[in-house]
Amino acid sequence: MARRLALAVLLPLALLALWATAVQQRWVVEGIVPSPAQVARSWYQWIVGGPTRSLSPYSGTWLANVAYSGRRVLEGFVLAAVVGIPLGLFIGWNRLVARLVDPSVQLLRPVPITAWLPFAIAVFGIYDASALFLIGLGAFYPIVVNTTHGVRDTNLLLLRAARMLGAGEAAILTKVVFRSALPSIFTGLRLGIGIAWTAVIVAEMIAVKSGLGYVLWDAYYVGRMDICVATMFSVGLLGFLSDRALQLLARVILRWRTLEAHG
Amino acid sequence: MSGPPTVELIDVWKEFATGGRRVEALQGISVAVERNEFAAILGPSGCGKSTLLNMVAGFDAPTRGRVLFDGGPVRAPDPRRAVVFQEPALFPWYTVLDNITFGLRTRRQPPSVWRAKVDAFVELVGLRGFESHYPAELSGGMKQRVGIARVLVMEPDVLLMDEPFGSLDAQTRSLMQELLLAVWERHHQTVLFVTHDIEEALLLADSVCVMTARPGRIKKRLTVELPRPRSLEVTTSPFFNELKREVLGLIREESVRAAADPPP
Repeated sequence: MARRLALAVLLPLALLALWATAVQQRWVVEGIVPSPAQVARSWYQWIVGGPTRSLSPYSGTWLANVAYSGRRVLEGFVLAAVVGIPLGLFIGWNRLVARLVDPSVQLLRPVPITAWLPFAIAVFGIYDASALFLIGLGAFYPIVVNTTHGVRDTNLLLLRAARMLGAGEAAILTKVVFRSALPSIFTGLRLGIGIAWTAVIVAEMIAVKSGLGYVLWDAYYVGRMDICVATMFSVGLLGFLSDRALQLLARVILRWRTLEAHG
Repeated sequence: MSGPPTVELIDVWKEFATGGRRVEALQGISVAVERNEFAAILGPSGCGKSTLLNMVAGFDAPTRGRVLFDGGPVRAPDPRRAVVFQEPALFPWYTVLDNITFGLRTRRQPPSVWRAKVDAFVELVGLRGFESHYPAELSGGMKQRVGIARVLVMEPDVLLMDEPFGSLDAQTRSLMQELLLAVWERHHQTVLFVTHDIEEALLLADSVCVMTARPGRIKKRLTVELPRPRSLEVTTSPFFNELKREVLGLIREESVRAAADPPP
C-alpha cells in the first residue's frame, strides 16, 4: 500500500520539481508561467482569504465558486442520467424505439457541446439554464450509448431463465436487463461526469458569470496566471474526486462482479 | 392413469435456416411423457435433443407438428414447465436465496407464504449456509443445485432438464444424480431429461428415447424396469448392463450409419 502510494506520487513530484526549476532558471518567459510556490500561495489565499480583502478580488471565493460549478455539474449530470438511462434501456430493449430514436441520437452525437454554445446562449440566455443544457447534453450521450450497449449484451440464457420462471416484461427489464446492464451504465456515468466537468468550464467561461470556468477566463483577462493554474488544479481535483465517488458507488452496487473477477 | 400426457409431441419437425441453407434438426418426433414419469431423451451431440426441449419449454416453435402440454398447445415459457439448463444460468447479481426465490418473488406472493417451502428445498439440495453467497462464490455443482432449487420451489408440472450435469466433473455428477433420484422419490416429479450419457439416462429414467444423429429422429423407446428407489449401485447390476448393451448397440448402428452417410 505504502509502496503503491510512493510510486503514484513519484511522477507528480518530479513534474513539480521540473516546473519549479523551469521557472527559477527562466527557461520560460518570466511573468507568464508562475512558480509552483506562487500558485500554492494564491490558491491558499483564494480558499481561506487574505488579511486584506482589497489585495485580490478572488480572495476567499474558492469555495463559493466550487459550489457553483459543482452544483451545475451535479444537476446536469443527474438530468442526463435520469433521461439517458431509461432511454438507453428502451433503445436497447425495444427494436421499435431503437429505430425511432437511435438514428437521431447518432446524428446529433457528433455535434460537440462547444458548438451548441451560441445556440444555448441564444435560447436560454446568460443563465444557469444554458450551463445546465450544455452539461446535461454532453453527459447524456455516453450514458445513453453505454446503457444501450449494456442492454444488448444481456445473456439470452438469463432472459430465457427469467421467462421460464414466470417473469413478465417489466420484471425482466428491471430484474434482469437493467441489472445486467449496470456495469455498462456505470462506464457511461463515469464518461458522462468527465464530460460534465468539461462542459461546465466551457459554459461558465461564456454562458454564465460565476463558477470555476468564469474565474478561469476572468483571471486570464487580468493576467492572473497563478489563479488560472490554481483553477486548473481545482477542476482536475474535483473531476478526480467525482470519478472516484462513482467508482466507489459502483463497487458497492456491483459487489457480485468483484467477486466474479476474483473467484 | 387418466387424462392427457403431461407433455406430448405429435409428429414434430424442426428446420433451421443457416446462411441461406435449410437444415433439418428434427424429423417426425412423437413422444409422450406421462404424469410422474421420468423420461430421458438420449442422443449424440447435435441430434437436436436440446431443440426438442426448447420447444417444450416454449423458447422455440416447431416448423411442423404439435407440442402439447396437458393437452393444450405450448405457446410461451411458463413456470409450470421449468427448465434446468446445462449452464446454471443463475443471475450473478442475486444471492443464492434471491436466485431461488426469483420466480416466487415475480409472482408477488408475500414471503410468509413460501418461506417454509423455500427453506425445505434449500435443505433438500444441500445449500444450507450458502443462502447469502453470490453465484461467483460457488462451485459448478453448487451452482447447479441452485439452478435445480429455483425451479423446484415453483412446483412445476414438468421439469425440463437439458444435460444439467454435462459440465460437471464425474464425482460431482454422481452426487447430483443421487440428489435428483432423492428428489424424485420425494415428489415423483414429472421430468423430461436430455442427455448423451447412457448410464445417466438408464440410472435416472423410467423410459429412454434413443435418438438418431442429425436429422434427429426417435430410433427406439425403451422402458427401464429397474426397481426404485434406485442408487448408484444399480449401475453395477447385470440387468443394468444388459440394458446398457442394448442401447450401445442401437447407438453403434447409428454412428456407423452416420459415418457411411455423411451430411451434405
